[in-house]
Amino acid sequence: MNAKALVIALLLPLMANAQGFAGLGSDSAGFSVPAPNPTFDFPRDHGPHDDYRIEWWYVTANLRSADGTAYGLQWTLFRSALAPTGGAGWAAPQLWMGHAAVTTPTDHYVSERLARGGIGQAGVTADPFSAWIDDWQMTGDMDALQMTASSPDFTYDMTMTADGPLVFHGDNGFSVKSAAGQASYYYSQPFYDISGTLSLPDGDFAVTGTAWLDREWSSQPLADNQTGWDWFSLSFDDGAKMMGFRLQQTDGQNYTSATWIAPDGTATAFPNGAFTAAPLMTHTTANRDIPVRWHVQLPEKGVNVIVDAINPDAWMTTSVPYWEGPVRVTGSHTGHGYLEMTGYE
Amino acid sequence: MTRATLQALLSHWWRNPLQLFTLLAGLALATALWSGVQAVNAEARASYRAAAATLGEGQYDRLGRRDGQPMDQATYITLRRAGWLVSPVVQGRLNGVRIVGIDPLTAPAGIGPVRLTQGADIADFLVGNGPLFANAATAGRLPDLQITITPDIAPGSAITDIGAAQRLLGKPGQIDSLIVAPVQPRERPDLADIAPQLVRQSAQGGSDIGRLTDSFHLNLTAFGLLSFAVGIFIVNGAIGLAFEQRRPVVRTLRALGLPLRRLIVLMAAELMFFALIAGGVGVMLGYVIAALLLPDVAATLRGLYGADVSGTLQLRPVWWLSGLAIALGGTAIAASGALWKMSRMPLLASAQPRALAMAAGQGAVMQGAAAALLLVIALILALTADGLIAGFALLGALLIGAALALPIILDRVLAATSARAKSITAQWFWADTRQQLPGLSLALMALLLAMAANVGVSTMVSSFRLTFTAFLDQRLASELYVSAQDATQAQAIIAYATPRVDAVLPIQSVETQIAGLQTEVFGARDHRTYRDNWTFLNAAPDLWDTTFAGQTILINEQLSRRANLRIGDTVPLQSQTLTIAGVYGDYGNPIGQALISEDLFAGLYPTVTPQRFGLRMDRSKVGDFVTRMAADIGIPASQTINQAGIKAFSLGVFDRTFTVTTALNVLTLAVAGFAILMSLLTLASMRVPQLAPAWAMGMTRAQLGRLELLRAVLLAMLTASLALPLGLGLAWALLAVVNVAAFGWQLPMYLFPADYARLGLFALIAAALAALWPAWRLARTPPADLLKVFSNER
Amino acid sequence: MLLTVQDIHKSYATADGPFAVLRGIDLTLGAGETLALTGESGSGKSTLLHLIGGLDTPDRGQIIINGSDIAALDDNGRAHLRRGTVGVVFQQFNLIPSLKVADNIAFQARLANQYDPAWTATLTDRMGLTSQLGKYPEQLSGGQQQRVAIARTLAPKPRLVLADEPTGNLDEGTAAIVMDLMLELVRETGAGLLMVTHSAALAARLGRRLHLRAGQVA
Repeated sequence: MNAKALVIALLLPLMANAQGFAGLGSDSAGFSVPAPNPTFDFPRDHGPHDDYRIEWWYVTANLRSADGTAYGLQWTLFRSALAPTGGAGWAAPQLWMGHAAVTTPTDHYVSERLARGGIGQAGVTADPFSAWIDDWQMTGDMDALQMTASSPDFTYDMTMTADGPLVFHGDNGFSVKSAAGQASYYYSQPFYDISGTLSLPDGDFAVTGTAWLDREWSSQPLADNQTGWDWFSLSFDDGAKMMGFRLQQTDGQNYTSATWIAPDGTATAFPNGAFTAAPLMTHTTANRDIPVRWHVQLPEKGVNVIVDAINPDAWMTTSVPYWEGPVRVTGSHTGHGYLEMTGYE
Repeated sequence: MTRATLQALLSHWWRNPLQLFTLLAGLALATALWSGVQAVNAEARASYRAAAATLGEGQYDRLGRRDGQPMDQATYITLRRAGWLVSPVVQGRLNGVRIVGIDPLTAPAGIGPVRLTQGADIADFLVGNGPLFANAATAGRLPDLQITITPDIAPGSAITDIGAAQRLLGKPGQIDSLIVAPVQPRERPDLADIAPQLVRQSAQGGSDIGRLTDSFHLNLTAFGLLSFAVGIFIVNGAIGLAFEQRRPVVRTLRALGLPLRRLIVLMAAELMFFALIAGGVGVMLGYVIAALLLPDVAATLRGLYGADVSGTLQLRPVWWLSGLAIALGGTAIAASGALWKMSRMPLLASAQPRALAMAAGQGAVMQGAAAALLLVIALILALTADGLIAGFALLGALLIGAALALPIILDRVLAATSARAKSITAQWFWADTRQQLPGLSLALMALLLAMAANVGVSTMVSSFRLTFTAFLDQRLASELYVSAQDATQAQAIIAYATPRVDAVLPIQSVETQIAGLQTEVFGARDHRTYRDNWTFLNAAPDLWDTTFAGQTILINEQLSRRANLRIGDTVPLQSQTLTIAGVYGDYGNPIGQALISEDLFAGLYPTVTPQRFGLRMDRSKVGDFVTRMAADIGIPASQTINQAGIKAFSLGVFDRTFTVTTALNVLTLAVAGFAILMSLLTLASMRVPQLAPAWAMGMTRAQLGRLELLRAVLLAMLTASLALPLGLGLAWALLAVVNVAAFGWQLPMYLFPADYARLGLFALIAAALAALWPAWRLARTPPADLLKVFSNER
Repeated sequence: MLLTVQDIHKSYATADGPFAVLRGIDLTLGAGETLALTGESGSGKSTLLHLIGGLDTPDRGQIIINGSDIAALDDNGRAHLRRGTVGVVFQQFNLIPSLKVADNIAFQARLANQYDPAWTATLTDRMGLTSQLGKYPEQLSGGQQQRVAIARTLAPKPRLVLADEPTGNLDEGTAAIVMDLMLELVRETGAGLLMVTHSAALAARLGRRLHLRAGQVA
């Protein structure tokens, strides 16, 4: 086994142990732990929080080209700390992982980058805002961002403009993940208009659409008995949006949470059980059975929809594999969105 | 039936332990020689492979600074942020160990066989507190460091995280080279735009170690091949004798009702069993041989080519397999012939032991025809061969043809001598010697091949040494070489040295293409250094005058052969077209090289300025000059190369090569001597009836013993005199055909009569030693045994 | 009939062309019968014995032993015949030098899977070899060696014993003793005996005599 694979296997011990997806269920010893009633300080909190074990800047976008073809786009930067404090340069304890993907109705292109913190190869600064790994970067301020990524298969260059406020999930950004109280800090900017150019193997395409940025950090967001999640970010045609997730537990139960976002950005959090998501149909991709059609409900908001993957093969062949791709919404509400499914081993 | 038969077959060995010993020992020695040489080769190759795997050498393109200096870490970040997927490597030496630092997160998969166990603290590794990875021997040289023993790591190397390596080597913020991932993003800026100081070395061009060490391995492989041929003859001899000895028993067994097929199966099984035992012993012996030779081989390779080879041997399963395969295969080849003969042997022929292997007239004719055919093939190949396979075919045809011809030639020589002998004793001696020939011919063939192999390989190695030292004289003619780090320093060196030394010769080169081949073009200053020291394989008249006048170009042999360029041909260079005036040998260089005058070079490549200089001065003043230059203008001794030092070092390396060669020489001769001993012992029992008449007619037993000894020495001498031309032919084939095919350059062949004389002497001593015991036994034969020959009743 | 030989022809290639050794031989031998084959050197008597023993094959004619034609047998079949049904005593003894006397005696019976310890012990005792069992053949005199060879041949109780000048290598006194023993033991086993000899005196001790001259029955 080569060094890189081992590093990944040990850093992100998804395969090594059943402690949960990407080590998120690991012990939080020495790291800071999210506490209720947070007060955010922007722009500082757009930047990294090195004393927390794990953190991400996560953009997903639903795009269309001039001929109406639907595309999905992902740009993600993960920060993972080996220790809450440590040396500088190569010895800095921060590790960075970038994932970029483009999904078409027929193809799914994935790329991954890894980097050490401390040497300038990857990082995030809050003011001015810049998040980068190698040549991939997202810069500007939270209301107007330039975002690029490249791989042997694709490149993209996007401009995003926010058309609404930041949205805080759970209890003002304190998002509880289990009955035992595991939690993260979690806010989003779901109101981006996005446009730019996708360069794919079969040509360059000018695209426009909507994008959704998630910011989340924690040290132990999953409980020991939680092994993965199904996460939905849905944008309805009437202007409302909904974030909902379902955490899978080893006892066969689920822990759910949802945020209803009114068109003006007003957020309403729903506790465990209000939001339900049930798989209707699975598809075999990468030798796994993945649910690609879901029955999603939030009765208190009259949501009773079917969520379909645009490309059921949107499997992320990254060192920690998962499913992430654009979806179509039909039923009580219509619209589009993104679906992420982890823990399908 | 099987049990009774096996008992009968095996009891033969129980009653004749000496025969069993010769069979097993012959097989074991042949296996040992082969597997020993193979083990040395395999170990060295495994070491390179481990090194290549460790650093991705030869697999990936690399970026490095033009001047070979380390780059700043910022350059790495610049490249990554521009979209270049490169991974940093820092390396240096600590206590003689090559410390290699890598970044596991960006390194291409397969770089660095770092075996991190599940329990290993990867976090500690990445933050620079983790261990180094090295094999056990290397770990011993780094006593103060935390080492994780990992057998896969190349000998003499230790791998660790780049951060730790930078700290250990005192190279903070420095990177030596960047590994370029084979697949890169779709769009990224040109290297020249973002890091103009870096050059890209392609994967193949960067891996010189493999190419260079191959020439040394060719020597060893040739030796392995030749020793294998010797071994096969010995195995064949041992098996043939074993069958000959049991011929009467075989007849009896068949007459008593043992089916032929069953007999063949059982005898084959018996031989394979012995081959397994002897093969196992042989592999162990080979291991000992290899273990004794390897430190010298390792030192040779490290010195000559800078390739690290483990000085200690690992017992690899592949040797066991190949060693046993050789023993079994050799036995099978030899036995199938003997078994085939046995199956055709009429049941009824006299059950008396036949005169040993008295070649039937038809057999001798066949053998002569085969020998003639092979030698003709060898001749044709010698005139036409130009590939590696043809080269080895030539070696094979020459060796086997000569071996097959040997008994026939010896027979003719002995017949002629016998006819001319005056005294009756002499006549009897020659005739008797001739009669012994068939029984000894296999052993003599082995001796012939062993000697020829020794002559051939010695000639090759010695020629290599002479050529290489002459080449060093030519290429390192200046007494001192100084490298500048930049143009300013270069100017300072010129200004400082010019008034203090006899001559300052700038060394400047560019890489370009000539006739589509990668070529390094040098611009040389007109100086007697070149005129006096350079020798040419082909030279036009006045080549230095025309070259320094900017009219002609000199090219190396590699370029000449690969591009098929000869003297008088023209090649375009930038705007100029130049005529080739000379071709020079350039040993060990994988690429093309050409030399033009300094002025022409400056005109064609105005941006290149010399940064290396050869300084001519009195040899005795070199040390003093280096010291003063360091003090006066701050050029450290590390930027200078003392030519005398290099030469002494190279010669030291060659001496080690000779140790290896000599050891193998002695070994092959010992094996051939053993074959003679074996044959003589087997013949001894049949000698009594032949010698009894001579004894009865008045020769003493001591006289007969001395004659036996003399006969062995004479036969060895005759064989040796044939081995010499064969060995020279072999050397020629190795130097002029195989080497050219393998590396693109021809080694001139030199003769070393003193070496050959010594080898001949060794061969005679080996033969005499082998004959000593049988002769002594003969001299002690009780008269009663001799008398029995004349009595009808026993 | 134990053995029937009909119209046997055999010739060998020589430098001067084929040489006919046997030119139409017929003979029969019943169980318990003894037959001497006599003739001068080159008369073909040994060749005939070898053909009957399956050591060689005739050019023409039939050799039927116990009802089966040995010409129709392959090497395996003939080896089988030699192991159990037919025993041959050679002039040169042809003992296996690396086996002790005991193993030599038992050898052919073991080969034929017809080893009978009691019978072997009887043979050893009658041949006077009991004290020699631990020795190797080279430690025995010629007469003793031939007694070992005869015991070896009789150990598997062959139906037909072929002997080729069995005492040709022995001095007269020894020859007489060995011959007596052989005839006695063959008679006791009830086997047929076919013996080649050039001695008229020996031939006279057998039941019948067939004289060959130039490859034909004289």
